Amino acid sequence: MIRVQQNDFNVADEYEKLANDNQDGAVVTFVGKVRDFNEGLGVQGLSLEHYPGMTESVLNDIEKQAREHWPLNHVTIIHRVGDLTLGEQIVFIGVTSPHRKAAFAACEFLIDFLKTKAPFWKQELTTEGSKWLNAKACDDQTSQQWSNKLNIKN
Amino acid sequence: MIKVLFFARLREQLSTDSLQLTATENMTTAIILQQLAKTDDLWAKVLSADNLLVAVNQEITDWDHIVKTGDEVAFFPPVTGG
Repeated sequence: MIRVQQNDFNVADEYEKLANDNQDGAVVTFVGKVRDFNEGLGVQGLSLEHYPGMTESVLNDIEKQAREHWPLNHVTIIHRVGDLTLGEQIVFIGVTSPHRKAAFAACEFLIDFLKTKAPFWKQELTTEGSKWLNAKACDDQTSQQWSNKLNIKN
Repeated sequence: MIKVLFFARLREQLSTDSLQLTATENMTTAIILQQLAKTDDLWAKVLSADNLLVAVNQEITDWDHIVKTGDEVAFFPPVTGG
């Protein structure tokens, strides 16, 4: 399930929906939050923009790729857009699988690919005004390593 | 017509989120970018950023992608979600 929304999400609710199948021995979830520092500046909040339509299609595609490589049952990807304040939740990734290794790997793959493929852009509200974030080379490398490992064409 | 969209830093710097262009024969994504850069000095500068990405019909593509009438072309900086 893919959701792009302004509203917050509740991890307990999402967990309950994911963990309802006794075939699954593993549930792995990840939550990304707004933290209070970046590149030496104090961050007070951020604003998230996206490309409606393309975002959902990229996320669906990433989910499909994960399912091709690991035996997954449920997959939930939630990403928030709009204005977020310090400490708020930004993104939720949840996967279930009969096996823990598949669940861990798929969850990590999903967030790594989301960060470099899905058309979201963060603008930080810092002590020195608002500032668009620059993409990080290390995120691209991580994503590239997955592509090499799983033989995914970029 | 071709619908052109701009996102994030680009949208802000150009003070434009979308515009329409008339398609010409063998019009590539690179040609569209070059045409748009001729608007004025500001557009030339903003669109010369070396890390720009382009999507056609909501899929990332290359600069030699040929665009047709009815296509949606989007220019944006590298993504920073998650």
